Amino acid sequence: MSLFQDFLLDYTLRNVALGSAVLGITSGALGVFAMLRQQSLLGDTISHAALPGIVLAFLVTGSKEPLVLILGAALSGWLAALMIMAIIRTTHLKSDTALGLVLSVFFGLGLVLLSSLQKRPDASQAGLDNFLFGQAAALMEKDLLTMASLGGLALVVVLVFWKEFKLLSFDPDYGAIVGFPVRSLDILLTSLVVFAIVIGLQTVGVVLMSAMIVAPAAAARQWTDRLSVMVMLSALFGALAGVAGAVLSSLTPRLPTGPTIVLCITTIVGLSFLFASNRGLVWHKVRHWRHRRHLQIEAVLVDLYRLASQHAHPDQVSHATSVLRTMTPTVGVRRSLRELVAREWVQQRSPNQWSLTPAGLAEAQRLVEISGLEEA
Amino acid sequence: MKQSSPEGPKNYDSHSNESTADVATPKLAIEVTDLTVAYRERPVLWDVDLSVPSGLLLAIVGPNGAGKTTLIKAILGLIPPAAGQVLIYGRPYAEQRRLVGYVPQRGSVDWDFPTTVLDLVMMGRYGALGWGKRPGQREKELALSALAKVEMTAFVKRQISQLSGGQQQRVFLARALVQDAQIYFMDEPFQGVDAKTEHAIVGLLQELRSEGKTVVAVHHDLQTVPDYFDWVTLLNVRRIASGPVAEIFTDENLRLAYGGRVAFLTHKAHTRPDHSDPADPATHGKWGRIRP
Repeated sequence: MSLFQDFLLDYTLRNVALGSAVLGITSGALGVFAMLRQQSLLGDTISHAALPGIVLAFLVTGSKEPLVLILGAALSGWLAALMIMAIIRTTHLKSDTALGLVLSVFFGLGLVLLSSLQKRPDASQAGLDNFLFGQAAALMEKDLLTMASLGGLALVVVLVFWKEFKLLSFDPDYGAIVGFPVRSLDILLTSLVVFAIVIGLQTVGVVLMSAMIVAPAAAARQWTDRLSVMVMLSALFGALAGVAGAVLSSLTPRLPTGPTIVLCITTIVGLSFLFASNRGLVWHKVRHWRHRRHLQIEAVLVDLYRLASQHAHPDQVSHATSVLRTMTPTVGVRRSLRELVAREWVQQRSPNQWSLTPAGLAEAQRLVEISGLEEA
Repeated sequence: MKQSSPEGPKNYDSHSNESTADVATPKLAIEVTDLTVAYRERPVLWDVDLSVPSGLLLAIVGPNGAGKTTLIKAILGLIPPAAGQVLIYGRPYAEQRRLVGYVPQRGSVDWDFPTTVLDLVMMGRYGALGWGKRPGQREKELALSALAKVEMTAFVKRQISQLSGGQQQRVFLARALVQDAQIYFMDEPFQGVDAKTEHAIVGLLQELRSEGKTVVAVHHDLQTVPDYFDWVTLLNVRRIASGPVAEIFTDENLRLAYGGRVAFLTHKAHTRPDHSDPADPATHGKWGRIRP
């Protein structure tokens, strides 16, 4: 209860949590398209490339207004994205090379600018380096408003161009043939990813922001096979991680918000990989194990049938567990027999003696027939 | 260079969604003049002329690297030509989009994309829908009837990653069908499909022809060209020959296109051998090398 009260009353916590939620929703939703277009690393490049924009915006205007700095970040992030597209289109370099190249050039420039600024005698530049790893506690209500309106705008554009973005992500050539202006749509969608990234820079920082683009989408993909559901889930995961990270870091002294948010989304990704209903490793193992058990049980039934069918009255003879253990499945024989008893296909005559029931006999015959086992 | 043919349909409004333009009178569905495409310095297509009358099935045939896919993509404006002109029913492609349907190579997309068969087929209507409009009941019905035509009704709700190769091909065909086009371009529609699917696709092509539509398909199996197609274009960077199969599909022309030995044509048997994979270097050898 006290946490809830804190949330309502504590101005900083409320701002940070809401801000993180907004950034999680926006980057989660747009990250899906980046991932499906196999551009997950684009987010990494754009966020790193935002740094020189932030420093230059401060150098030009002398202001540390978040809106001004975010505009600078957006501009250089956007420039970097356009540069990547141009490099891929005009040279024969692969996209990973283009991404790495642009990332290191822009980020290097940003670091150089930042450290030269720090040599200045006055302290006016103090705080700019917070953009490296984020400084969530500094979020003001008006920053929140900026983030929410930018994020809201990005989501509205996604809704308006839903079918265009979907086709662009799945089959851009076909999009061009049915008449979509594919290159403009490409630039628009990439610009939205830039939006989503600069929204989060204040909170998470340029270094870790790419996780918020990649991770929610990767987690959401594990749970669904539908694009609309995937976008909603991804936004939800992003928001969850944002709020959880904000609350956790407010409860623990000296725990930075940005990295905590990233750890939260990483946890969600891990859990999704393990437990997702669709592709999760655990269910995969369970299904595999069940299948194996099923085959083992059938094999024991067939073994018993083979033994019994050498007698005149197959349903009246019984055989020992130890004999069955020497046949096809050598492990889990007793467990399989108990399961067969439960299904009323096998009768337990004495602690170690088993015989087929008429129903079990029929089932075994059916199995043998469909598998063609007992031909010889 | 020839100018655009003046007998093109004059009353066709390129912005209308109506795809039934005035195509009844015998005229050229596709007219390609002096088309040249180059990647860097190397020409992939050189000075290609092509005239395709309306209402027939045309196979584009040639060795690997002959520029077959490039020809289709250049006609459709996906690859900018270095020179030349393409007319669809007498007008540039950009004005005749609604008349053209496209079946890309199966391998050109990521089949793990989160979407269903029905949804993918409805993408064929996206171009006609226009900005801001979502596919609705009408689009769904069109998609369902197209899926029925390719015998995929049972798979409507199936996630596309769970389709076999032949099923993927059928779904792509259905997507082109809902475009309700006059000309269909298909890039290797028979690639990697089983005999049953191949048969179904052939039936579909014949149905399209009986509706007066034109189909241009990149094709790899020389054996089946006379059975499946009316016209053939032999391509090897340059256009070697183009016309009715009976006139054009000769040993001499094939030798020109494939640059040497096409031994197996001379003992063309009625029993069709299994498909040779064009990507397989083992079968590649017998077609000889491409001479640009």
